[in-house]
Amino acid sequence: MKHPIAVDVRLNGSEPDSTSNLVALAKILGIETEYGIAQTQGFMDPVLASTILVNAYAAAQSGKVRWDFFDEAPGRDARGRANFDAMPPMVETHLANTVLTNGARFYVDHAHPEYSSPECSSALEAVTYDVAGELVLRRAVAAAAQMKAAEADFVVYKNNSDGKGNSYGCHENYLVDRALSFDAIVASVIPHFITRSVFCGAGKVGAERRTEGEPDVAFQLTQRADFFEEVVGLETTVKRPLVNTRDEPHADPKRFRRLHVIIGDANMSEVATFLKLSTTALVLAMAEHHALPQIELMPADPVQAFRHISRDVSLRAPFLLESGRLVTAIDVQWALFEAAVNFAERVGLEMLGADRSGLLCLARWEEVLTQLERNPEEAASTVDWVAKHRLVEGFRERHGLEPTSAKLRAIDLQYHDLRPEKSLALRVGLERLSTDDQTRTAEIEPPQTTRAFFRGRCISRYQEAVESANWDSVVFDLGSDPLRRVPMMDPTRGTAEETSALFETSPTAVDLLQALES
Amino acid sequence: MPEREQVRRREGGRVEDAVVEEATVAGADTAAKLKNDLDDLLDEIDEVLEDNAEEFIKNYVQKGGQ
Repeated sequence: MKHPIAVDVRLNGSEPDSTSNLVALAKILGIETEYGIAQTQGFMDPVLASTILVNAYAAAQSGKVRWDFFDEAPGRDARGRANFDAMPPMVETHLANTVLTNGARFYVDHAHPEYSSPECSSALEAVTYDVAGELVLRRAVAAAAQMKAAEADFVVYKNNSDGKGNSYGCHENYLVDRALSFDAIVASVIPHFITRSVFCGAGKVGAERRTEGEPDVAFQLTQRADFFEEVVGLETTVKRPLVNTRDEPHADPKRFRRLHVIIGDANMSEVATFLKLSTTALVLAMAEHHALPQIELMPADPVQAFRHISRDVSLRAPFLLESGRLVTAIDVQWALFEAAVNFAERVGLEMLGADRSGLLCLARWEEVLTQLERNPEEAASTVDWVAKHRLVEGFRERHGLEPTSAKLRAIDLQYHDLRPEKSLALRVGLERLSTDDQTRTAEIEPPQTTRAFFRGRCISRYQEAVESANWDSVVFDLGSDPLRRVPMMDPTRGTAEETSALFETSPTAVDLLQALES
Repeated sequence: MPEREQVRRREGGRVEDAVVEEATVAGADTAAKLKNDLDDLLDEIDEVLEDNAEEFIKNYVQKGGQ
């Protein structure tokens, strides 16, 4: 068995000097989505179904099927199917874990296909890579159909619940300064986590977990609020906590934390994804600078408040803070927004990226709160739950339906269908922040400004020599012992600016490693 | 609440007026347009919605994830 050895690489850069905590830490971030999976007819074991999707995409990418096979004369190729049949499911499961040329990870998690975006340096960039994930799933479905990998076509949904008590996540990850204590993080993020639902909830018909004596819930802001039972904890699949304590930085643990956020919904609206990511990154930056009014905004019972906010489509029902004040979610959001404006004036917004994400965050945050406070319907082109609620209410009135009608639940589910001919989200006039050109490029090309660039380029240029890759390293097999591991312990290093020339002057992986070692 | 009034009336600072203005105008236009479009939209949903909603919903069962 080969054993990797670490190869020193300049990607890691120098140790930070003692004054580094005066400089705002770049809010590197990413978003990972577990998709719901079904078939147009019949049932298949979801692990197998997810595995087929991931393998079909990988096969389509690696040249067994051409990249642009959509436009090819199909030839009804049975190669894929033969390959799948030849592999026992356990082996397939083991294989269904791929790293893409854009630096993302596409794999089977639990019983769902999951796309984890590459590390991005701004929320706008992350939106583009999140939408690129939808393209990956669509192309995976098409590749599986092309290969006749299953009896019926697959259908994927970008949502978080099957309406029957089963939930699957859309998680965010943020780079946080290790110097910020976890207790401080918890105190800082809880008020934001539960109240940001007003603009980043994806909406849901009904409730999947009601407290005893609670009346029927016709519609709520979030897909996920029904599934949270604790304030802080390590779990992600049962007794889910508002704040997840997983301490797995995938980076130098002495310098960095990775805050793993499990409370959010998967958004169809790009503006909602943008707001979710940018406001949360900004709140974390404020926490690092001790610039948050955290104590005054802590709910008396955060779990209960989260459910309460989710069930209040009027956005006007107050809840109790620890301090004894009664506030609405929008009150809390205005307080955080005000703190953010002051912070921007004092410290700046550079940590939110070199593009316009920082200023756009403040502008769109203020706009959406203004709209939601005046009349939520004004936010129908940017806020998923508002767009969905309009459809559901309009349809209910037109057809005189009960609030819990199957037709309304069908609208809820079909809102998240990724098939263009079926998707309702594509029909409600949601505003875009990315262009089709950008997302098509992002499906293939890595972000330029994080270590994802190095990872993605290694895959696209030296695929044969890359033995494996994960978030913080790339392992090469050059055909001679031992394996060579290139660590990437700083997510901000390994950018296009730092490594493009290196790749250009390294035709092979051997050249690359020689250059890194010299 | 007085402090909220203050936030909404805030001018200048780091939020560039142009950015805010552009976003706000776009938002208002879109909202008005959407209102007019709701009927058309519902017509379209009548057409595109899965035929047997009861079955469709019943068959969508997922294993829990994270």
